[in-house]
Amino acid sequence: MAITKTHELHGRRWGRNLGVALCLIGFAGLMFALTIVKVSRGDPMQAFDHQFRPEMDRTETEPAR
Amino acid sequence: MTDVSNSLSRTPEAGFGDYVALLKPRVMSLVVFTALAGMVVAPGAGALHPVEAFAAILFIAVGAGASGALNMWWDADIDAVMRRTAGRPVPSGRVAGGEALAVGLGLSGLSVMMLALASNLVAAGLLAFTIFFYAVVYSMWLKRATPQNIVIGGAAGAFPPVIGWAVATGGTSVEAWLMFALIFLWTPPHFWALALFMKDDYHRAGVPMLTVTHGRRATRGQILAYTVALVPVSLALALSSVGGPLTLAVAVVLNAVFLHGAWAIRARDEAVAEADAYAVEKRVFRFSLSYTFLHFAALMAERALSPVGLGGW
Repeated sequence: MAITKTHELHGRRWGRNLGVALCLIGFAGLMFALTIVKVSRGDPMQAFDHQFRPEMDRTETEPAR
Repeated sequence: MTDVSNSLSRTPEAGFGDYVALLKPRVMSLVVFTALAGMVVAPGAGALHPVEAFAAILFIAVGAGASGALNMWWDADIDAVMRRTAGRPVPSGRVAGGEALAVGLGLSGLSVMMLALASNLVAAGLLAFTIFFYAVVYSMWLKRATPQNIVIGGAAGAFPPVIGWAVATGGTSVEAWLMFALIFLWTPPHFWALALFMKDDYHRAGVPMLTVTHGRRATRGQILAYTVALVPVSLALALSSVGGPLTLAVAVVLNAVFLHGAWAIRARDEAVAEADAYAVEKRVFRFSLSYTFLHFAALMAERALSPVGLGGW
């Protein structure tokens, strides 16, 4: 018997690994596309993380005269 | 020397298709369609970028699939004794119960989080509540406890158009809740028609389906009652701001056919039904699938025709 003979199980594992890989690639592609869409539209790219960020403050202030 | 191939042929290792089956793809297709309809007919739909819309529908579908996986994990014991569900991945042994739970929980978290990031918190909150309602309220609390399981549990299947609406508008409105009510009231006659011709399945599984607890005669009456209650909701949706002449015409025809079928079911007894192998019940069950599909298709067609001045009121 040839040592390279594959069992049906190997085909199933290959199919499962390929399926997971394609899902991950698709997910990464979708995240990239979503990021491009949101950045292009000017959506805020930062969120609160326990530290004040002046660039996130949307309240308009009168410039000092 | 040990025969390795023999032991390998009995391995329960699942293929990719088994994990897909865990997500109930047929239910997912209805969820995708109704969520898409809710999103397309909503007032702010035009402002959505196609990538955002695609991502939102995908994550709603994944959330629905996750709740299906949780349902299969919890209901594996009763699925195993019902003919219709015995071949599902968990009862057939192709996927372990713990794996189904892990897939369900993992995809639930992922879908809600991603919908919040891709769309908004209202849509994500509604999706989280839908998953909780289907997996916990319906599967764990109601399904084995009350013959009203299908009625109340139907709410889980009715949320997708509301979520789709929330994706486009950031909130909900009376039109979205009319779409919810349409699916909510459609679910009992749809499932009870199935329960009538899946005779012994629910009885053997010990699920308190209306056919088991109140008898088949009462179930036939309830199918007619819910089909009658469906009519005003369907017409109200057609007369709302998302409807139009086309939707109204489609709604009138669909309700007339559904009512005729429900009346025919009500007029039959078990002896007549058994004589023709539940032909009417099976026909009404199949038609009920077209009922929802055509209703939502008409709403989307109405929206598609409105730019050329043909759709809408």
